[in-house]
Amino acid sequence: MRFSRAVAVATLAFAVAACTEEKKEAPKPAAAAAPAPAPAPDKIIIGHVGSMTGEQATFGVSTDNAIKLAIAEQNKKGGIKGKQIELKTLDDQGKPEEAAVAATRLITQDKITLLLGEVASSRSLAMAPIADANKVPMISPTSTNPRVTKDGANTRPFVFRVCFIDPFQGTVMAKFATEKKIKNVAILKDVGNDYSVGLADFFQKKFVELGGKIVAEQSYKDGDQDFKAQLTAIKGKKPDAIYVPGYYGAVALIGRQAKELGLKVPLMGGDGWDSAKLFEVAKGALDGSYFSNHYTDEDPSPVVQEFIAKYKAAYGSVPDALAVLGYDAANVAFDAMSRAKDLSGPEIAAALAATKDFKAVSGVINIDADHNAVKSAVVLGIEKNKAKYAATVNP
Amino acid sequence: MTEFLQHLVNGVSVGTIYALIALGYTMVYGVLKLINFAHGDVYMVGAFSGFYISHALGVEKEPTLAKALAVFVGSMMICGVLVFLMERFAYRPLRHRARLTALITAIGVSLFLEYFMQLSGWFGPASAPFPPGPTPRFFPQPMSFETPDLPLGELSIQKVDVISFLVAVGFMLALQWVVYRTRFGTSMRAVSFDSQVAGLMGINVNRIISGTFIIGGVLAAVAAILVASSRPSINPLMGLMPGIKAFVAAVFGGIGNVPGAMVGGLVLGLAEEYVAGYLLSSYRDGIAFALLIVVLLVKPAGLFGTFRPEKV
Repeated sequence: MRFSRAVAVATLAFAVAACTEEKKEAPKPAAAAAPAPAPAPDKIIIGHVGSMTGEQATFGVSTDNAIKLAIAEQNKKGGIKGKQIELKTLDDQGKPEEAAVAATRLITQDKITLLLGEVASSRSLAMAPIADANKVPMISPTSTNPRVTKDGANTRPFVFRVCFIDPFQGTVMAKFATEKKIKNVAILKDVGNDYSVGLADFFQKKFVELGGKIVAEQSYKDGDQDFKAQLTAIKGKKPDAIYVPGYYGAVALIGRQAKELGLKVPLMGGDGWDSAKLFEVAKGALDGSYFSNHYTDEDPSPVVQEFIAKYKAAYGSVPDALAVLGYDAANVAFDAMSRAKDLSGPEIAAALAATKDFKAVSGVINIDADHNAVKSAVVLGIEKNKAKYAATVNP
Repeated sequence: MTEFLQHLVNGVSVGTIYALIALGYTMVYGVLKLINFAHGDVYMVGAFSGFYISHALGVEKEPTLAKALAVFVGSMMICGVLVFLMERFAYRPLRHRARLTALITAIGVSLFLEYFMQLSGWFGPASAPFPPGPTPRFFPQPMSFETPDLPLGELSIQKVDVISFLVAVGFMLALQWVVYRTRFGTSMRAVSFDSQVAGLMGINVNRIISGTFIIGGVLAAVAAILVASSRPSINPLMGLMPGIKAFVAAVFGGIGNVPGAMVGGLVLGLAEEYVAGYLLSSYRDGIAFALLIVVLLVKPAGLFGTFRPEKV
């Protein structure tokens, strides 16, 4: 009895809360649509949605660290248009549905001026329509799936990214593999992940075009711990290499299990491999493998080395590509906001679209008509459990 | 042929783990008619206990057999204590309420463990803070598991697979002996048959239920250490999938039935392996669960389950 009464009371309270919430929110889209010159008088709030917890937690944490670094620097320089910048970060636990909730909350409740995130394409895909509908500019640091900035055939007016896209990243690895005289490749992809599936498709298309052959196609799911079934099947097809466009957590285990099964061929992958955790878990099992990435910490250019020094001083570790692009995304945003006539969404978006020759850590950024950054990619080889620069591929 | 045998080896190695976890589900269900949804998370806690003990002992620098045993036993003890507390404070106060209440509580306990472990460290060194936080951690290898050169040609059997299999089978035999040959086991079966009457006959029902939980928790810890030794990436959500799979294995074998859970685990492991190896790997889980549906349609109580007598 007591229990059912408690449930009834809770339901009622919830319903009431939901109603008031709705009432409060109802006029908001209209307010957001009309360009209000300054929502808060003396500060600019920037939102960040990232995977601070969950399987890909290093992605979110690296990006957030770098964004904080960029904001602190900008504030020291006097902020933007005389206003200080404040960051509001929400965790999405690595789940697309949570990313959508977090984006909505930042936009409607916290009235952010600009949205940074997400790192992963599946999550950015969930956030992009929300940013678009509310006319809040969104910049994804590292989502490489082409559909992120697209709405069908049209480009989403408010969604941007500061990295290259998968058709290019897949091409990079396909070209590299062909140069390495690799003929037969097996593919092992994460079926539940837009990034992994997209990258695998683009790689396959280009690789076959260049005369290569795909001998096996296997898949796994996020959270799997055992990949021996797939790897045994792959081993039977005798490939020269295996393309694994997944995230570091799974890739490290795949590398170990491939070695255990006596598969001595290199693994190849994309920027999802980039995390210190990859090497911590793989413990040398991935030696001889290659992955494409946005930057290398061996780059001698002063911009890169200066950023590495700053990041190290602040967080005590060498930044990964996620951190570099998080930093770049924030700085591209600041640049556009300073150039924009006022801080309304459409004005910032117009300024973002006009970004030309912006000198970022990961290279010179030009935003193209599809709101992608046109940049070169690097291929890193793994030797003695460390990533070493192997090649640069230009667009 | 080699490929077929390799799948067999892989499947058995995964299947024994499912079986060990499934035993915890099935025994608790046997005595309490409660599906302890937090069991997969006990498995996760087992892996992290091993992780902390390994760090405290410095296993990574010089692994020895004594340290490996300490990791094993320590993790079993921690999980034993955890499930004892779980039963004492979360389930016992609700034992005579509606069964759904206990079930919801079990889901609550499960979420509590998962999210508590995702908090970032309060104390401890940076390499092993407690709670561990959300990022995957590397589980230090308790022994050197270099592949021995067995005269098997292309077939690869890991030392760790062999050890896992032997340890798992050893624990299952021990459990069989406890359940059918000891006073405790007899009381357990009596409680499972009818706890009220068993209580009237002078059996301390609370003690038996606590004991059953503890055995389940200890087996989950064994499974966790075995898995983490060969797949050394551990994270607070690692118990989710194995938990669900083991639950399926338990139902498949007939929930409440001890040998059923073992067979269920092995069958599930092999089914998954062969589906992924010879059909489409994206159907791996789908076909495993479809198999469950078919078995339940033909034998609603599971492979070895009976509706009435002797549920343990």
